[in-house]
Amino acid sequence: MWLRPIPEPDARVPGHMDVLLPRRSHQPPALNWREALFNPLTLTLVFAALIASVIGTAWAQDGTPGQASIPSVLLKWTPLLAQGFGYNILISVLSMAVGTLLGVLLGILQVSPVFVIRKFAWLVTQFFRNAPWLVLLFYAILLIPFQVTIFGVTMPFPGWLKAVIGLSLPVMAYMSEYVRGAIQSVPSGQWESAESLGFSRGQTMRMVILPQTVKRILPNWMNLYAVLTMATPLVSIIGVDDIMGYTRSALSAEGRPDVLIPMYLYVLCWFFIYCYPISLMTSRLERRYSVKL
Amino acid sequence: MAMTDVKWTADQPIVSLKDVRKSYGSVPVLNGISLDIMKGEVICIIGPSGSGKSTLIRCINALNDIQGGSILVEGLEVHDPKLDKLALRKKVGMVFQQYNLFPHKTALQNVMMAPVKVLKENPAEVEKRARELIRKVRLEGKENSYPGELSGGQQQRVAIARSLAMRPDIMLFDEVTAALDPETVKEVLVTIKDLAAEGMTCILVTHEMGFAREVADHIYFTDKGVIVEHGPPAGFFANPTDPRTRQFLSQVL
Amino acid sequence: METVETFFQWLRQSYGIKITIGYDAWDRAQFLAGLWTTVKLSVLSIIFSLIVGVIGAFAQGSKYLILRAPIGIFVTFFRNTPPLVQLYFFFFALGSVLRVTTETGGSAPMVSAFSWAVISLSLFAGALNTEIFRSGIEAVPKSTLEASESLGFTRFQTYLYVVLPLALRISLPSLGTNLVNLVKTTSLAYAIAVPELLYAAAQIWSEQLNVREMMTVLLLTYILLVAVLVWILGRWEKALRIPGYGV
Repeated sequence: MWLRPIPEPDARVPGHMDVLLPRRSHQPPALNWREALFNPLTLTLVFAALIASVIGTAWAQDGTPGQASIPSVLLKWTPLLAQGFGYNILISVLSMAVGTLLGVLLGILQVSPVFVIRKFAWLVTQFFRNAPWLVLLFYAILLIPFQVTIFGVTMPFPGWLKAVIGLSLPVMAYMSEYVRGAIQSVPSGQWESAESLGFSRGQTMRMVILPQTVKRILPNWMNLYAVLTMATPLVSIIGVDDIMGYTRSALSAEGRPDVLIPMYLYVLCWFFIYCYPISLMTSRLERRYSVKL
Repeated sequence: MAMTDVKWTADQPIVSLKDVRKSYGSVPVLNGISLDIMKGEVICIIGPSGSGKSTLIRCINALNDIQGGSILVEGLEVHDPKLDKLALRKKVGMVFQQYNLFPHKTALQNVMMAPVKVLKENPAEVEKRARELIRKVRLEGKENSYPGELSGGQQQRVAIARSLAMRPDIMLFDEVTAALDPETVKEVLVTIKDLAAEGMTCILVTHEMGFAREVADHIYFTDKGVIVEHGPPAGFFANPTDPRTRQFLSQVL
Repeated sequence: METVETFFQWLRQSYGIKITIGYDAWDRAQFLAGLWTTVKLSVLSIIFSLIVGVIGAFAQGSKYLILRAPIGIFVTFFRNTPPLVQLYFFFFALGSVLRVTTETGGSAPMVSAFSWAVISLSLFAGALNTEIFRSGIEAVPKSTLEASESLGFTRFQTYLYVVLPLALRISLPSLGTNLVNLVKTTSLAYAIAVPELLYAAAQIWSEQLNVREMMTVLLLTYILLVAVLVWILGRWEKALRIPGYGV
């Protein structure tokens, strides 16, 4: 009733029955029906239908003379929203780059042979991993000065750059954890054989260990990027230009309550269309790599 | 249901298969299997991998369905869609290759769970019986151990006790020693031998030829979904008539 | 209490560190009220998100497409859109429709900002919980289910006594991560003026101009909250541990 029918085991394979292994050994299930139902094509169709229905009802209600129809309102603001969304993407890419770089370094420090460094890196990681993203954004926006003076040249420190820094902090912390986990998952024999071949610790890390961690980190890294992208509208709260801020300006310029629902749905769809393919690719990669773990 | 129950008497076969057919998609696994088992008999089904042995006994317990023929267990038509599955499960106990104990329950809880939850029996009485069964499979002292803390052989004996707690008339053993370490195989086989000696009707799928010869009343050799040859163990092992049987026995003995 | 206040006064006078909640009763009350709101928001959202997750996972295991498909779309959509935009959608868009006429003839929102935050956060975290529970259920070996079937358990009994206890244990680590994230995400309620921790802190620092101090207090408070949750989850995990099973 609640469970899907239990498939019959393949009789051609000897010893076909599942072994009750510790949970780590379970391979993720092949999500066939989901794949059939939620491939990019069907979803695009679903959301095309959704948007069409919004637009459709809007046409039907379009009885008030002198008022623009809802689709034409959405269309009118689309260039502005696109520009705003461009900022979101830009902020996400920059934060990801900065956060990844810092995170890899911090992750390597987390497995340092020096106790103090290890503990310090761990503390920094835990601190930024457990602090809310929005609070970190406030931290960056309010505590970084408006301008910096380097070699006598005063440069302004714009809000969007502060936002990039604020968002890169949690990215750094998550990356640090992924890198640490992945490094520790490489069998110790790799260290030993590299050492016996005369590699230094740094060389071993760079040439032997880190390349092996890439496969393991990649799905997490992509997922983190999607999460980061979905966090970018937070910058609107601290007054940095983005799609959410533009949307709210557009809504107050229109001053029409009937535009609210379609407009917010429209923005949600923008993000969905960008983030969903990333999460699809992530789960594909996870499934492909999980066999080898 | 009560009607069919009444019809069966102890002088009739307790399990009766007639022309059983089954395939997975286009791959046939059972190509018309017929056999009768009397109460108290111990039969062993042997044969090469993929010959349909496991599928056969899983069909007797309705874990797999069939596409043709019929299976009667104490007069119950196993693949009748209207069959009360619980009535069948009460009569037939099954032990699996991978033990399949519930990992979140202790040995004692594993044995007690089905009688208490399924048959709604009095927990105090069930516990008494469960402790006896655990003693019977020679695991006294392990009542409160979790499956993860027991060896394969010990887990398998708990699984046997768990099935026996439902007081079945027939026990199915599906390659129960195949996943065990060689040194623990014996303790499980001894448990099964004790059961057979008490008169339990047993159907075993096994690769242990020595054990089959010792314990079975009747041996069935299957290959490619049919019974190639069968007979009492003495004659079966001494003078196999079919070339396929001979080839198989020469490989495994 | 007085010694504590003296200490914070001394901090301010000697070093200029203005931790006003240490000596100003008004600020402290405001901050503690914010903390209490965040705790309420977290606990309610955790409870509802777990309910959403269990029901969602049940429905996703159904053999009926009509049940599976809407849950699948809900999970996919909520997992792949920003929680802040979801919150705005609920509060500004749906909230503008769901209004009641008051006795005086005016119009008032039917659902408070706090409630919208709970609803929005529960659905967001619930979508993730659905996925977590579902994969936990699927990780229970089929052969264990066969064993319970052959012992005469019905599908529902199997679910209750075998699948759920095992799935819960398998899901627990991911569930913990998600619930920790949920507590962190409650700070989004700031955006719709729910007077939670961040909101209270921001009020204080804009009045007292002690951003640096308040910010640090705020971060430490959140980390403390998360630590408490992690501790509870750890206790729970320990209580559910099966000897000899799992890693």
